[in-house]
Amino acid sequence: MLKTFKLGGVHPPDNKISAGNAIEALPIPKSVFVPVAQHIGAPATPVVNRGDEVKAGQLLAKSSSFVSTNIHSPVSGKVKKVDFSADSSGYPRQGFLIEVDGDEWIEGIDRSEDLVKEFTLDGKEIIDKIQEAGIVGLGGATFPTHVKLVPPKGMKAEVLLINGVECEPYLTSDHRLMLEKADEIMVGTQILMKALGVEKAVVGIENNKPDVIQLLTDKTKNYKGISVQALKVKYPQGGEKQLIKAVTGKEVPSGGLPIAVGAVVSNVGTAFAVYEAVQKNKPLIERVVTVTGKGVKKPSNFKVRIGTPTQDLIEAAGGLPEDTGKIISGGPMMGRAVQSTDVPVTKGTSGILLVNNEEAKRGEPITCIRCSRCVSVCPMGLEPYLLKKLSEKQLFERTEEENVMDCIECGSCSYTCPSYLPLLDYIRFGKNKTGQIIRSRKK
Amino acid sequence: MSMTLIYTIATLSVIGTAAAVILYFVAQKFKVQEDPRIDAVEEALPAANCGGCGFAGCRAFAEATVRSDNLAELYCPVGGNETMAGVAEILGLEAVKQDPRVAFIRCNGTCDHRPKTSNFDGASTCAIESSVYSGESDCQYGCLGHGDCYDSCDFDAIDLRANLGVPLIIDDKCVACGACVEACPKDLIELRKKFPKYRKVVVACRNEDKGGVARKACSVACIGCGKCQKECKFDAITIENNLAFIDSDKCKLCRKCPPVCPTNSIQELNFPPRRVKKEEKEECSTA
Repeated sequence: MLKTFKLGGVHPPDNKISAGNAIEALPIPKSVFVPVAQHIGAPATPVVNRGDEVKAGQLLAKSSSFVSTNIHSPVSGKVKKVDFSADSSGYPRQGFLIEVDGDEWIEGIDRSEDLVKEFTLDGKEIIDKIQEAGIVGLGGATFPTHVKLVPPKGMKAEVLLINGVECEPYLTSDHRLMLEKADEIMVGTQILMKALGVEKAVVGIENNKPDVIQLLTDKTKNYKGISVQALKVKYPQGGEKQLIKAVTGKEVPSGGLPIAVGAVVSNVGTAFAVYEAVQKNKPLIERVVTVTGKGVKKPSNFKVRIGTPTQDLIEAAGGLPEDTGKIISGGPMMGRAVQSTDVPVTKGTSGILLVNNEEAKRGEPITCIRCSRCVSVCPMGLEPYLLKKLSEKQLFERTEEENVMDCIECGSCSYTCPSYLPLLDYIRFGKNKTGQIIRSRKK
Repeated sequence: MSMTLIYTIATLSVIGTAAAVILYFVAQKFKVQEDPRIDAVEEALPAANCGGCGFAGCRAFAEATVRSDNLAELYCPVGGNETMAGVAEILGLEAVKQDPRVAFIRCNGTCDHRPKTSNFDGASTCAIESSVYSGESDCQYGCLGHGDCYDSCDFDAIDLRANLGVPLIIDDKCVACGACVEACPKDLIELRKKFPKYRKVVVACRNEDKGGVARKACSVACIGCGKCQKECKFDAITIENNLAFIDSDKCKLCRKCPPVCPTNSIQELNFPPRRVKKEEKEECSTA
């Protein structure tokens, strides 16, 4: 039986135009820019200097606290600069500019495609290895995976959910990965189960990917404890809390973590990265990125080294279409427009979406007509129109009372608003400010 | 008929009188003793209720002055020294004089100086744009032009100049309440010392990028070359993070620095025309 979450949600057109195209390895670029902050948490501390020769897989920056991750060199070459460069928002971020020279890897990394099923490490060793490899949640939120695997005191994980929902329109990187690396993902899932000490794992997949559901259901016969749950198509089902609700029927309490209901959620991409880190000793230096859009000549799924400029990906997909209105890093619902095509691919880049002028145009906002559609589609049960108003008036005590921090920034409210109000813009601003106030209070 | 009227009038009169008596005693019992000087001080204040003094309106400020035993920390920027002298007289305290100030937007990145390199179509407020995005030009320090300062101003002292992309402070309307300083997410607005005829010599830039980067983003960006600093005899100019800053408290308006600035980022405003360079003065007066 198909399951889904109960509250809210929208049905944007699917547009998975790159779903049929197999993952291709993108040629290594001439130079890469690797930011030190590609994850949620403290930026990593650089350990190499300008002028150093580095090999692929070598540590560039070391995790600076528990909620932080290591950054490894995705290529071999020379560190030309340790400098600031604009990220997708245009603000400068620290990182390494590496000039590529050949493709030498550090020793100990197994680069073969062979499947390695058996693993002997215990939970602690696995977590250490994941931390060492710099793995973060690859669904887009980039939360360090090792932190998730260590539940806070007094809480115990009961079930591991593997997120293969990919509810964002256009994106197909997870879809292709599941089709092509099904066994690896299964082994990765088992490794995560071992690390967490759980007996049960469920892979959640929306039923717009019947091929994957079929394939993975067949595979689960060989892997103990893993099952596949087909889900009705509804955005934002890939949201952690929505997925938990859909699969287990439990609701994560307001302000709580998924572990509060005994669940840990990992993306399929993360499961694959975990497999590579534990079985192949390979740190997270590559990821699958979808390059797509209606005008794109060759919508593709590329296996890309972290730090590759967006420009290279666009060129490999047939170049920038003439009437491109926006270049979006991520999907159309939650992604962010990038300011320039020099912006590098980071660990959280799941797709590059080129939208034409027509699609990119936002409607002219007019006044709220109190239709309450935003309330009915909000998957977190919030009142977006109210949060918008309060954020606009900068009443941050009120936004806190109205649980603005529970907003998952899925954009369903802005998507559905008939007055084209940029609800999420305001709410995100309110959430930022409220978060700052809450954090300063704790200090 | 007439009896009904009489009864009604009589009943209401009795109720009214009784209520008046009760209210009189209640008012006596719960009488709030208030220093009459609060009212006097409030009367002397400009009643702008702008919050420029740091208190929630003129009444709150009046209460604070009455409570306090000196006026060192208390100053009404709208009323200025004259008002404060009046307040001091009422309270029998010594007024502390301050230089009057006027706001200035330290960005001259109008569209002809600072080309647009991208387009922002989200919620049109500076606070939101700056929280997600560095701005529509390559200068991440410059004015975003949505007018958060304009919205915050209670005195109509800001001309939005939407077509130019950078607002302008109307000097004679500005009361230096500081609302716009708070409102600007890019921290562009500074309260500078008010000179006669609103004359000022000021670096109209906040760009902390290195020279080349700054210049590429905006033709009138400060590149931190230090020429103005060498020229200044009064130590009024400091250079920090590739950006010059003229301290208005030290500046003597000698006008030695604007001509040496290679990017014209130092502005001299409201001066009579220079004698030697006749053509340039026309540009200045319109800028």
